[in-house]
Amino acid sequence: MRSLAAGVALLLALPPGAPAAPAEESSELKDAPGRDLTVGRCILCHSLEYIPGNAPAMNRAAWQKSIQKMRERFGAPITDEEAKQILDYLDANYSGKAS
Amino acid sequence: MRLRRRALLLAAAGACLAPRVRALQAPAEAAGAQPLLGALPGKLPLIQRAFRPPNFETPLAELAAPFTPNPVFFVRYHLPVIPWIDPARWRLQLGGASARAPLTLSLKELRGGFEQVSLAAVNQCSGNRRGLFSPRVPGVQWGDGAMGNARWTGVRLRDVLRRAGVAPEALEVVFSGADSAVLPQTPLFVKSLPLERALDETTLIAFEMNGQPLPHWNGAPARLVVPGWTGTYWMKHLTEIRIEPRAFDGFWMKSAYRLPTGAFPGARFASQETPETTPITEILVNSLIVSPRAGALLPRGKPAAVSGQAWDGGAGIAAVEVSIDGRRSWREAALGRDLGRFAWREFRMPLDTSSAGPLEIAVRARSRSGAQQPDKLTFNPSGYHDNIVQSVRVEVL
Repeated sequence: MRSLAAGVALLLALPPGAPAAPAEESSELKDAPGRDLTVGRCILCHSLEYIPGNAPAMNRAAWQKSIQKMRERFGAPITDEEAKQILDYLDANYSGKAS
Repeated sequence: MRLRRRALLLAAAGACLAPRVRALQAPAEAAGAQPLLGALPGKLPLIQRAFRPPNFETPLAELAAPFTPNPVFFVRYHLPVIPWIDPARWRLQLGGASARAPLTLSLKELRGGFEQVSLAAVNQCSGNRRGLFSPRVPGVQWGDGAMGNARWTGVRLRDVLRRAGVAPEALEVVFSGADSAVLPQTPLFVKSLPLERALDETTLIAFEMNGQPLPHWNGAPARLVVPGWTGTYWMKHLTEIRIEPRAFDGFWMKSAYRLPTGAFPGARFASQETPETTPITEILVNSLIVSPRAGALLPRGKPAAVSGQAWDGGAGIAAVEVSIDGRRSWREAALGRDLGRFAWREFRMPLDTSSAGPLEIAVRARSRSGAQQPDKLTFNPSGYHDNIVQSVRVEVL
């Protein structure tokens, strides 16, 4: 979170029109049980901004559907037990929409 | 310092939690947070919706120009492995079960072997404005900038297809690009068009954008241009084109980019339609207020104007109307130069700033086919076709 604040502060400090830094991959997710597993499985195919970026549109049912899509349609190597832990983590930390 | 940090953290958190404000900004920005900007190689800073696969949005102010400059044109990918292609070694394969004379073309052969044409057209992502959807739906949370207008130069797809020999039973034309996935099980991004749309004289294989070679992030060295249809069909980094007698049944046709059948106007894609769902096809009539920004303060007595762009799926724009009284009365705005029926059209109307107070500015476009922007959103689970009338609130003081 400290680096997020620093990042926001840096952005706010930039004068308008200043060149932004080269785009870089975000590797920040909230520190809570299940984070490392979630990072490890998701980052294989996509950067992590997809998770906070989608949070306002997500609730437990939507995360469940998303994880199912990643496993069944896109071939993500996630076991049933891992899927449950990832769902618990995402729902607890990135569900911004009423169920 | 502690307080400052705390305020920043709250601002960042608020981006996710604040109630949605219907405005010309994605929710995070509407809640006051600065969007994250990032510059891909060869691009200027764009709104970074995601890094890998790269999804970068054009900032609103950059949509004021008649032609969106290549370095700020939006970037949209589904798959993360995107090769930089040497144009000299690139080859386009043409074949399929309904191609009588399969062939392979180099870029030089493509450029020199067919008549070259240019046209101006809006390229708009199907999910543009998904981040403004109510209720919210999953997917890249685009604001208004997953679109742009460019002059595309290339050759007619139909000339190339005829060289490959279109058999009478041909039904669809299937397009593959060079980008690929990490896992072998992930479906490659492959799309199809109905034969009649592929043979339309406006469908191009383009190798130039705004007079320059296509930028890497916009599909170099050659991409499909399907004027009037949403960006999902505009295959980047084209590698293969197949003429087929059957409906293509890949994930990106059968399961993605679909709408409830009959919910929206636009061309039908009969070979892909089911009673429940149908592929998205044509862009709906729409408009965008570029200036003033929501929340702008306009000095009293100083000349001001509302301006922006209006576009549709190829009928062309007939009129753009502006209301400044809460959508009770409407007046026609002046239209800018007509760049072609697939391009957007600038609109502009002076604003009366003689008295202080709030103004609610709404804009609605009407196409030459008579279609007009609706007031109400037609919900669909993927968040497509948000073409409802938008408004901005500003204050004269």
